[in-house]
Amino acid sequence: MQKQAIFQSKLLPYALVAPQLAIVLIFFYWPALQAVIQSFLLQDAFGLSTSFVWFDNYVELFKDPAYFAAIVRTFFFSFAIAVSSLSFALLLAVMADKPLRGSMLYRTLLIWPYAVAPPVVGVLWIFMLHPSLGVISRYLRAAGIDWNPLLDGNQAAGLIILAAAWKQISYNFLFFLAGLQAIPKSVFEAAAIDGARPMRRFWTVTFPLLSPTIFFLLVVNIVYAFFDTFGIIDTMTRGGPGTSTVTLVYKVYSDGLLGGNLGSSAAQSVILMIMVIVLTGVQFRFVERKVTY
Amino acid sequence: MANVTLRNVRKTYTGGFEAIKGVNVDVADGQFCVLVGPSGCGKSTLLRMVAGLETVTGGEIDIGGRVVNQIEPADRDIAMVFQNYALYPHMSVYNNMAYGLRNRGMAEAEIKTRVEEAARVLELSAMLERKPRQLSGGQRQRVAMGRAIVRQPKVFLFDEPLSNLDAKLRIAMRVEIRKLQRRLNTTSIYVTHDQLEAMTLADVLVVMNGGQVEQVGNPLAIYEKPATTFVASFIGAPPMNLMSTRPEEIKSQLGGAAGEAGIVGIRPEDFAITDQTPAGGVALPLTVEAIERVGAETFVYGSREQEDQRVAATPGELPPGEVIVRIPGTEAPAIGQKIRVAAVRAKLHLFSGDGRKRIEA
Repeated sequence: MQKQAIFQSKLLPYALVAPQLAIVLIFFYWPALQAVIQSFLLQDAFGLSTSFVWFDNYVELFKDPAYFAAIVRTFFFSFAIAVSSLSFALLLAVMADKPLRGSMLYRTLLIWPYAVAPPVVGVLWIFMLHPSLGVISRYLRAAGIDWNPLLDGNQAAGLIILAAAWKQISYNFLFFLAGLQAIPKSVFEAAAIDGARPMRRFWTVTFPLLSPTIFFLLVVNIVYAFFDTFGIIDTMTRGGPGTSTVTLVYKVYSDGLLGGNLGSSAAQSVILMIMVIVLTGVQFRFVERKVTY
Repeated sequence: MANVTLRNVRKTYTGGFEAIKGVNVDVADGQFCVLVGPSGCGKSTLLRMVAGLETVTGGEIDIGGRVVNQIEPADRDIAMVFQNYALYPHMSVYNNMAYGLRNRGMAEAEIKTRVEEAARVLELSAMLERKPRQLSGGQRQRVAMGRAIVRQPKVFLFDEPLSNLDAKLRIAMRVEIRKLQRRLNTTSIYVTHDQLEAMTLADVLVVMNGGQVEQVGNPLAIYEKPATTFVASFIGAPPMNLMSTRPEEIKSQLGGAAGEAGIVGIRPEDFAITDQTPAGGVALPLTVEAIERVGAETFVYGSREQEDQRVAATPGELPPGEVIVRIPGTEAPAIGQKIRVAAVRAKLHLFSGDGRKRIEA
């Protein structure tokens, strides 16, 4: 069978892909190009004149300790979110992967949080953990913990990580459950007969056989923690207190839209763009190679 | 070394389905026991209960004088070969075999000796560093065997280990398994739905149907004296011809000897094409409907003049009124030809009308 379509007219194929190309060009490449151009420009404080400054915006950025702090913070957040949501999701998946009554029900319930939009997640957790409104906060204070994420930067960071990780658990759970169900039951039975106790069985059989899934999810979670946590940060802490929850993406927003420094903001966007390209490249390379063991 | 005894073993699933309805089997030390039956008869469930992978809801399973009902699979001192081999895909052949030994804390040097010895016996020595996916079906099967034998367990359990192999390899591996079991002299329980595999491997054959044991015994003894019509038609290929004794044609030939028998069974090879009527035997006029020549022998499918009544439901059942005759060589009557076949008295199998009881005339 021939997979290649043959067109009579030379123009028709181009006409057919034109709408898709137009969307990509207008909504992706055009803004990206604008950002690149913007990153080479410097505007005066009143927005009256603009001058071309080559790489000055980038140089300024890398001299700025606040930017480095944001990089370190973002990596720390990503790592903490990925590790905590992955390990908790794996635990849930291993427990859900048993022929128990009502398994369909709780599997469905575990998947629901994924349908909640990030800003809503933020609001939800604020309701529970706001120092004066939060339900849980009352108990925390009753237990003698000085809980105030509006003043304490570390507590604020913990709150962001908690909310962001919670939202991602569903997605990870789904993939882990599918991964577990793809392993033949008889392999676990063979390991049981081979004298491996449950914990040893997990680390020597389940975990290695899930490693392709784990690696895939690690990349997805890092990308998520880098970019999709904006909504959560904006609703919960707005980057505060101070700059203790300002990530790279949030800094693009706060420097550009709030601070009015469009040149620096654009330069930061370009750097983020490069990071996305690298991460996506890693992910694609990996998805093509399905088996790693 | 150990014997395996099942005492009134039962399995009822939550929901009330009774998969095993009280099974009693005794496998002596070093014997090769084969559980055979159609799919859904409970043979795999029974094996998995012996392995400890399914709970026992009634009765006792005894391995080497110890009731193992509540004992973990790992502590029953058994090894199992699975239908899909269940090799660890991320481990090399060597590690697949060594895994069970490492879990038991054996010294690496001893593990190495055992794995290499097993690999030599199974001709896997050149493949110890390969991963399962780099092996052919037959090689994977041998790794699964190797994983079982390095452990030197009291009992081997086989769950249809050959059904994923092609026909030729299946026969070769069947012989290998039998030779290996003879040499190691380890008590074995083997599940299959293939009656030929069952006949050739078993010291003790257990024919199962609907969660119950139909007959236990030496394979040839079962072949020669099947206890029920189910066993009669399940063991032996093509299946035994089973006919009602009600029609005058058969009743008159059997005479008073038929007694309370409702069904008469005759194996295809016990018929001969002849004009004579042996005393006390059965002779039938047939019209040849189809011929199958397989080289050394020929199967003749004939229809009886009288429509027969359907006898007790059995596997591989022929349509009522159809008879298979097996004759040596390739000489056969033409299709449509009228022939007469007969079987001698000694070759008749008589059963009660419901097919549940054999009657010795």
